[in-house]
Amino acid sequence: MKQILHGLFAAALTPSRLLLPVVGNKVPAGFPSPAEDWAEERTDLNQRYVPHPETTYFIQVCGDSMTSPIAERSIPNNAMLIVDRGREAKHNDIVVALLDDEYTVKRLYQRGNRLALLAENPSYQPMVLNEGQELGIWGVVTAWIMEPQ
Amino acid sequence: MIALVDVNNFYVSCQRVFEPKLEGKPVVVLSNNDGCCIARSAEVKAFGVRMGQPWHQIQDFAKQHGIIAYSSNFALYADMSNRVMTILSRYSPHREVYSIDECFLGLDGIPGDLTELGRDIRKTVLQGTGLPVCVGIGPTKTLAKFCNHLAKKRPQFAGVCEWSKLDAESQLRVMQEVEVGEVWGVGRRLSSSLNKEEIYSVADLQRADPETIRSRYSVVLERTVRELQEQPCIELEDTAPDKQQIMCSRSFGRNVFTEQELSEAISTYAARAAEKLRSQKSAAGALAVFICTSPFREKDPQYSKHVVVPLSQPSDDTLLLTRAALWVLKRIYRHGYAYVKAGVMLLDLQPNTAIQGHLFLQSADPLKRACLNDTMDRINQHWGRGMLRLASAGTDHKWKMRQVHLSPCWTTRWEDVPKVR
Repeated sequence: MKQILHGLFAAALTPSRLLLPVVGNKVPAGFPSPAEDWAEERTDLNQRYVPHPETTYFIQVCGDSMTSPIAERSIPNNAMLIVDRGREAKHNDIVVALLDDEYTVKRLYQRGNRLALLAENPSYQPMVLNEGQELGIWGVVTAWIMEPQ
Repeated sequence: MIALVDVNNFYVSCQRVFEPKLEGKPVVVLSNNDGCCIARSAEVKAFGVRMGQPWHQIQDFAKQHGIIAYSSNFALYADMSNRVMTILSRYSPHREVYSIDECFLGLDGIPGDLTELGRDIRKTVLQGTGLPVCVGIGPTKTLAKFCNHLAKKRPQFAGVCEWSKLDAESQLRVMQEVEVGEVWGVGRRLSSSLNKEEIYSVADLQRADPETIRSRYSVVLERTVRELQEQPCIELEDTAPDKQQIMCSRSFGRNVFTEQELSEAISTYAARAAEKLRSQKSAAGALAVFICTSPFREKDPQYSKHVVVPLSQPSDDTLLLTRAALWVLKRIYRHGYAYVKAGVMLLDLQPNTAIQGHLFLQSADPLKRACLNDTMDRINQHWGRGMLRLASAGTDHKWKMRQVHLSPCWTTRWEDVPKVR
């Protein structure tokens, strides 16, 4: 019965069917696993950092405008940004914005009528938008990834 | 109620998402081999550049007017299309992806004002992907498509047109104003024969008698008439049926003369077709190969051949299908011609689980082969298409298609992701 074997074998090769720890799986022989009732799905980077893959994009930082003396706010050169376009940008978000036909990553300042893009690096001037000047927000930065240098 | 959502100038809009300097500029996207214009921005349409116009005809004009040309970047378009379709699936459980940039949504039982819903779709897709869409909403697919046409062409609708929001008078007026050729399923040829019977506008077709239309034309056109009369005849197809045949063919970047180069191309196409075959879990019962010279070079000697061979046993095996394709090529190849195009087609497709054993055939161990093909697919999915291939596919591919104006694959390759300062 070649055809049946063919089907079975091909199915068993699919890795996703082997990898997922399904809760409540029966152990065929021997002592049942004491962990069975406590099994959980493995922690997944995508689940945490890319909840909306259809509106999420990767963009790489090029330059030092976002390096900051405050370590936890600093986004180093070459960092990979995770950008969600689906999110509504609000005050104090880090955004990818459109300025003079170029994309730039900056912190959004939006208080009252005042709108500005702030660099984290103190040697960069804030870019204050004038009355009537339009700011295009491309997406909101939700996290960044940095490989060891 | 049914909505048709469609991306405006899809390929051009995809390029603009990642290159803001293209906004407001005339942009065209060229077909494979940079041959013809297959997408035009509104600015390019305003210059009178036609769909499908050969690029070499307008190259000088393009230079004068600053038209920016891109080679088609299907890796980018496919990813952006997926994103749009995923967002749209939030709005309805009944979704039919009609083409790379069009999607029907079944809206029966969806509460609330549908025009408002259409506006929300537009806003959400634009925000999430940067792509502008238009929405047409109607009681039938044909009317949804017609409303989409109105939403796109008439600024007063602001991108969303719902049939039932128009009063009877406006419905009649717009149908009188639009030519019959714009109706879904009525092509140029059909509309010229309709014109002979004094059917010029959409309204004329809507008024026609369905029975007469069926006897003079076809059941298909009868359905169109009924659908224009708000009678649903064409159902939403939630699940795409498996393809009945799989084709892989390309034009070459330059003329190809030798059997060696043709073999490389045929081997490459056969492997790609086999990969598509396995992804829909089918096996092919027959295979066709074709090669041809350019019909546009009338002075050159012409030769084209298309041969179908049945396989002794249906297969989804790259090795076997490639061997069969190369066997065919050997028999149809003629020396001394300038070939411009070749292709491989897989036919007589069937589920790959139901392959009948063969009494006399001594084939390779099917289990080992399935395992080998599966491994090959996974390596190529992970490391890039064609990373692992048969030796017969060759290495330097001098015949590969021209893509001089190719943009980066912004969303599908790490080395191509956009940069920001």
